[in-house]
Amino acid sequence: MSALVGTAMTGGYGGADILRGCTISANSGEITVIVGPNGAGKSTAMKAMFGMLNLRTGTVLLDGKDINGLPPQNRVQCGMSFVPQTQNVFTSMTVEENLEMGGFIRGDDLTDTIEEIFNLFPVLREKRAQPAGELSGGQRQQVAVGRALMTQPKVLMLDEPTAGVSPIVMDELFDRIIDVARTGVAILMVEQNAKQALQIADRGYVLVQGENRYTDRGAALLSNPDVRRAFLGG
Amino acid sequence: MTKHPKTHALVHQEKARTTQSQRNVLLFSGMASLLILVGFVQSWNVAFSILNMCLISAIMALGVNIQWGYAGLFNVGIMGFAALGGLAGVVVSMPPVDAAWEAGGLGVVTGLVAGIITLVVGMVVWRFGERWGRWRYAATGCILTIGYVFARTLIEPSIEAIEAVDPARTGYLGGFGLPIIVSWIVGGVFAAAAAWVVGKISLGLRADYLAIATLGISEIIIYVLKFEDWLSRGVKNVTGLPRPVPYEVDLQANSWFVALADDLNLSLVDASSLVVKVSYAALFTLVLLTILWLSETALRSPWGRMMRAIRDNETAANAMGKNVTKQHLVVFVLGSAVIGIAGAMLVTLDGQFTPTSYQPLRFTFLIWVMVIAGGSGNNWGAVLGGFLIWFFWVEAEPIGLWLMDVLTSGLPPSHWLRIHLIESAAHTRLMTMGTILLLVLRFSPRGLIPEARRSAF
Amino acid sequence: MESAMNALILIGNYIVVPGLAYGSQLALGALGVTMIYAVLRFSNFGHGEIMSFGTMLVILTTFAMQSAGLAIGPLPTALLALPVGIFGAIGLCLLLDRYVYKFYRQQRASPVIYLIVSIGTMFIVGGLVRFIIGPRDRNFGDGERFILKAGEFKANTGFSEGLAIKTAQGITVLTTFFVVGLVFWFLNYTRTGKSMRAFADNEDLALLSGVNPDRVVKITWIITAVLATIAGTLYGLDKSYKPLVYLHLLLPIFAAAIVGGVGNPLGAIAGGYVIAFSELAITFAYKKVFAYVFGDGILGDGLLQLLSTDYKFAVSFMILVIVLLVKPTGIFSGKTL
Repeated sequence: MSALVGTAMTGGYGGADILRGCTISANSGEITVIVGPNGAGKSTAMKAMFGMLNLRTGTVLLDGKDINGLPPQNRVQCGMSFVPQTQNVFTSMTVEENLEMGGFIRGDDLTDTIEEIFNLFPVLREKRAQPAGELSGGQRQQVAVGRALMTQPKVLMLDEPTAGVSPIVMDELFDRIIDVARTGVAILMVEQNAKQALQIADRGYVLVQGENRYTDRGAALLSNPDVRRAFLGG
Repeated sequence: MTKHPKTHALVHQEKARTTQSQRNVLLFSGMASLLILVGFVQSWNVAFSILNMCLISAIMALGVNIQWGYAGLFNVGIMGFAALGGLAGVVVSMPPVDAAWEAGGLGVVTGLVAGIITLVVGMVVWRFGERWGRWRYAATGCILTIGYVFARTLIEPSIEAIEAVDPARTGYLGGFGLPIIVSWIVGGVFAAAAAWVVGKISLGLRADYLAIATLGISEIIIYVLKFEDWLSRGVKNVTGLPRPVPYEVDLQANSWFVALADDLNLSLVDASSLVVKVSYAALFTLVLLTILWLSETALRSPWGRMMRAIRDNETAANAMGKNVTKQHLVVFVLGSAVIGIAGAMLVTLDGQFTPTSYQPLRFTFLIWVMVIAGGSGNNWGAVLGGFLIWFFWVEAEPIGLWLMDVLTSGLPPSHWLRIHLIESAAHTRLMTMGTILLLVLRFSPRGLIPEARRSAF
Repeated sequence: MESAMNALILIGNYIVVPGLAYGSQLALGALGVTMIYAVLRFSNFGHGEIMSFGTMLVILTTFAMQSAGLAIGPLPTALLALPVGIFGAIGLCLLLDRYVYKFYRQQRASPVIYLIVSIGTMFIVGGLVRFIIGPRDRNFGDGERFILKAGEFKANTGFSEGLAIKTAQGITVLTTFFVVGLVFWFLNYTRTGKSMRAFADNEDLALLSGVNPDRVVKITWIITAVLATIAGTLYGLDKSYKPLVYLHLLLPIFAAAIVGGVGNPLGAIAGGYVIAFSELAITFAYKKVFAYVFGDGILGDGLLQLLSTDYKFAVSFMILVIVLLVKPTGIFSGKTL
């Protein structure tokens, strides 16, 4: 069963609709990637599922439960987590404090979860006492993902996690994301680096102008000549 | 025939503008009637002295409106700039004190020149020392300190000599003995120069820095004016500044004036002081109208349009290649010049220069209330605000006293609470002004005469 | 050797001891300004008047306690009255926030609007203070005046210069040490403190993490009120209380906050001492010190003073200008809370 499903979502930030009836779902333990040209509404679709904009029509179900109308904070409590594209760490706080803030909403003992995250991202254990602002771009993204995992979410949403990092760091980051998915979390991410993202994706969505254009397994999309020609640069 | 929607909107806008201008006429005539009321109830002399201060306040408010309304710059140092205008009044109009110049004029001038040279050398060293690391700080610091000590040594004996020249009457260098009207322009220049320095330092950084820097500079200007006796006699004050209008005694000696007073059915003293006040009012009105006309023209010009664009969206203006910081500096200097002019006019009206009367925060705040209550960004609003707020500032004290008296009338006259309340009534003025500011900002942030929403094309 | 010691004692007596006390008072004030800046993102011009308000309550309570015969031995009664002032100032700050600042927060108003509003509250609170206690000078220190008297020092050590330490100065330094320690512990080691730092660092992400903004703002005001009242009371005990003086303290306090880097608590503390020591060192007359070091008579009759004491407020401005020119982000740039 899908952990998170957004069905027939329509809406935007006031004015014209950016999303026009698109449907996206993410399964537990799988990586789901949304790709598409600029302005296709990729990030908007994800933000809509996280409650950061109000949908005119359509429903969002988390574990089969309707969460329409819940503000983002409450969705976090229900088991969703979101990593924004920019400003996604507390730069003046140490890595460990960033993780603690990630679990702020839980209010119980966080030591075990922090330990799990250090096991997933070993580099963070080394840098635990260092301010996140002093880390490299790739390490910072790991802090951001780690912070989001602190609530032990069922669904983890990533908004362009590899924007602005080098290809080597990107591969490393994708490896980590695969590791996270193996723990049973449903991962939904928006990516500019479509080819690389689809390589690790269990399922891919190609959005165009707020509508679903292609939906398939990641590998299938990569080998689909139409998709390659139109969206992956041949 | 169907009306084009745009025409319809224009008609609507036109209508809104007419009602607004009707409202404006109403507001200004209301203000006039308040002054006339004072004329009948208290006396015409009181009415005109309030009017004169209203006119000066209005000019200051215009200056602040240029900074705040056109560009969103927050100046907390209004009184400092006004005091510089006042200093101009002294420097321009008072006769030179020859004995003081002989005693230490040369020393003071060389000392000041040495100080300026030090600053310039310091700045040059700073600029060229970019690669020196820590030495840059050390070198600049050393040059500034040594130069400063050197200039001080030059200037100190001269200052003492100047201040020793007949300290009860002069003890300062005096001025240039020019007509005091000239100081209105010089005052503007003084204030503009100070504003340029402050603006150069703090513009382009965060908005709070400008506010704090202007607060600092105004405190320092006033400290300098208080303690540098050789410049303007410090707290000993300079009195008896020459006037641009006739003196009461001269009027009273005129036979035609005696006849006029008789015709008007006024005592000679009242009539003469009234004539003096009316002449001031005429002069001030002329200045106010000139500045108002100039600022309105500037506001309508392409430059004014650009300024508003910058104010409303700094990032976009920056992206369009406008040098925001430079334009802000221009506006800041212009606005401060207007405040300086008003400051010079103020000492002209008072006939004396008293540094202690410039309370940096208090009166600065009053001008701010004028601009915001009148309508930020609207020159007419600033003028109305200047009139209205000054009027209530002056009249609040008698009203407050009366109110306290009425409120405590149930208590015996010697009751401690009653005495305390009546003694403290004066402090309610500031509270009232603070409350007015907060209420206007909260419930009518655009003020009495809101800024006209001009279309962008 | 002895004359060198005397020179050092002079500097200790006129710069180090008063500088530590004054610096601590400024540091506490600047810490409050910086906290408000970090969390609410504006420079609070009303801070001086909040200090004044809290101190006024302390003074009135002190007077009441004195007439009731309450005292705590050699220590000033004001320490006993401090909680009253603190609670009053907290009440004032929370009221101001509820009825004034909250509206602009919801509007997401620009910092400059906050600035103007804070000046409005400054005049209201200032007027209120003058209405209640009047504009006059008030002395409310009692108990033992000195920890170390200049005369005793001379008698015990045999030096010709004396070193005096006022009780108020000693209390100031100790209290500051304790309070600053407490604030830092709170910010770095408590859940709420960390959430405040998170909020100051990245508001959106903090909201996403479930931080309650209203609670953070409220706690910030409470801490500010506590700091302001303590700073104001210590300053009043050390010098004396006069509403106008507290208004003028605004400039050195802002300068201290900016020198250290606005929004950075460590910077605020450092800035407080930088401003205080510069003010004293620049306006100190070094004539006697140099006379001890180089011998009498060779120095002419100048006071060897860099700036006359009349201009002590100009010092904070000068430092402010230097910081704005050289490093606008302050000494400890880049870090908030």
